[in-house]
Amino acid sequence: MPEFEWQFTLVLLTNGVMIGLMYALIALGFVLIYKATDAINFAQGEFVMFAGFIAAGAADLAGAPFWLSALLSISGMVLLGFGLERVVLRPLIGRPVIAVVMATIGLAAVLRGSATLAFGGGTRAIVMPVGDEPIALGAVMLPPVQLVGAAVSIAFLAAFSWFFLKSRIGIAMRAVADSQQVAMAMGIDVRRYFALAWAMAGVVSALGGVVWGAMLGVDNQLALVGLKVFPVVILGGLDSIIGAVVGGLIVGIVENLAAGYLDPYVGGGTKDFAPYILMIAALMVRPEGIFGRRRIERV
Amino acid sequence: MFHRESGVFKTSYAADMALYPLPIAKWAVAAFAGLFIVIVPLTLGEYYVSILDLILIAIVGALGLNILVGYTGQISIGHGAFMSVGAYTAANLVTRLDAPFWITIPAGGLMAALIGAIVGIPSLRIKGIYLAIATLAAQLIIEWTINHVPAISGGVQASIQVPRPSFFGVQLKSQTQLYMFLMAFAVLAIIGTSNLVRSRIGRAFIAVRDQDIAAEIIGISTFRYKLLAFAISSFYAGVTGVLYTYYLGIANYEQFQITVSIDYLAMIIIGGLGSILGSIFGAAFVTLLPIVTRWFLESFGGLIFSAADLANIIPNLRLILFGGLIIFFLVVEPEGLNRLWRNIRNYFRVWPFSY
Repeated sequence: MPEFEWQFTLVLLTNGVMIGLMYALIALGFVLIYKATDAINFAQGEFVMFAGFIAAGAADLAGAPFWLSALLSISGMVLLGFGLERVVLRPLIGRPVIAVVMATIGLAAVLRGSATLAFGGGTRAIVMPVGDEPIALGAVMLPPVQLVGAAVSIAFLAAFSWFFLKSRIGIAMRAVADSQQVAMAMGIDVRRYFALAWAMAGVVSALGGVVWGAMLGVDNQLALVGLKVFPVVILGGLDSIIGAVVGGLIVGIVENLAAGYLDPYVGGGTKDFAPYILMIAALMVRPEGIFGRRRIERV
Repeated sequence: MFHRESGVFKTSYAADMALYPLPIAKWAVAAFAGLFIVIVPLTLGEYYVSILDLILIAIVGALGLNILVGYTGQISIGHGAFMSVGAYTAANLVTRLDAPFWITIPAGGLMAALIGAIVGIPSLRIKGIYLAIATLAAQLIIEWTINHVPAISGGVQASIQVPRPSFFGVQLKSQTQLYMFLMAFAVLAIIGTSNLVRSRIGRAFIAVRDQDIAAEIIGISTFRYKLLAFAISSFYAGVTGVLYTYYLGIANYEQFQITVSIDYLAMIIIGGLGSILGSIFGAAFVTLLPIVTRWFLESFGGLIFSAADLANIIPNLRLILFGGLIIFFLVVEPEGLNRLWRNIRNYFRVWPFSY
């Protein structure tokens, strides 16, 4: 049995916070779409994977420098977001939940297939120009890639919080999310904001893809980080940016603690398992999440 | 089926709800039964019969999922896991107690129904996307549990060998014998579902689907019927898992992962939500899609691509086609293949005087 050591716990906690912030970045893409369009994106993991493939492919095949491949990935994902909204999501407005869920699941399959078809099945690397010498923070060693990832996450989460609170476009998006009909009556072009939400989710996914790709390498398996989005957003609340951060931190910390303390007893795998137990509990007690808004249904 | 109702006037609700709306429908069903029970197994080779076996298994599962999703309006992304519950229940019964199939199949179904009902409990409080995510969690948790508890999964690779079922002391060895065995269950599932959905329970399911709060107000216990839908649907899934285990000869959790849940959802979307015929169409379509893609590319793909490229193209093209078709049907024909079939039928119903 592993003794309870402060050192060990501290390492687990710091890692949890770092990973949690990076989960929050991916969850942000999910929250953006749900907040603005009421659609659930089951393909968020595949978005991240696809973005990673674009960045890694640009670097590997064309020899593009890091900033250029990241930029290419962002613009590629924005285009993809616009396109998907137009072709797939727009015709499904007003249809039952299952239709949107299944459409994004289908989308996930298409993205997965076409990424491997276009870029090959092998693992590609994204090299960030930050070196890989771990940085010591007291007793905790942190790889610079994770630090960059966490920094990007914080920056973007702050930027989007500001965007939704203060900017004109952000306020319009919140209005659309609140009530599409009222928004239309106030002269807001609802369709444009739907497209914009998907494009913004594309930007966030591109950053997630670059950061996660740099940490794990880019291949089909990268899409699996998408599975962690659900515990994060359920815990935090589906339509809350601050919820994505808090949910991400909870999931990151819980899965690291579980991996550190429970894995020796049950033979591994608790990392992928503990967040879901937590999520089921949250669904039973408070389905709308910590910061989510409770929806009242009328007949 | 093919029939014209000219000159037939129904005078009671019972006549309107009858399984066979017209006398000729009986003959049509009899003709199909003759085709699939007598002619097909006698004429087709082992390989083709083995594909039909897969379709028959998928029909049972698709019907079950359609009861839950298409008729009751609850989403489940956990049906793959419910199938594995049935599969491992049966596998343990066979290896430990040497149980025959007429025990393992209901037992697998009942165990899956129990687990499914437990997973369905949150459906009282949550719906729509929350339920989708909760069942996704159930899928992952059940998968993990089966994989990590040796008492269930029996050790190496979490797989258990299961011999083919025996019928009056004769083991079903050939694919054709297995075909007859599976056909019996597929027919049972079809008849069971068509009777279920036109009963009091089925109407309650549909009311819950259309507007659950309104259903509750007119006196339908939503909680009871949602749980019942989960249980019945999972029962079908459990039976599917047992049948598939008998088909493969091995119970293995890798055969029941989340992709399987998605396959079955695709079947009912492509076939048609809330339709029995649609479930059958969808099961056949989704089962055949990868086989036909592979066959087509292996036959003709070699003209354009090299063999190494083909090995990469085939599985990925299958994924793209699969996802693309789901999206296509959702956007263009939400009622699925069943609707296309109805369109064709309606055209010929008044043919050639369609004006």
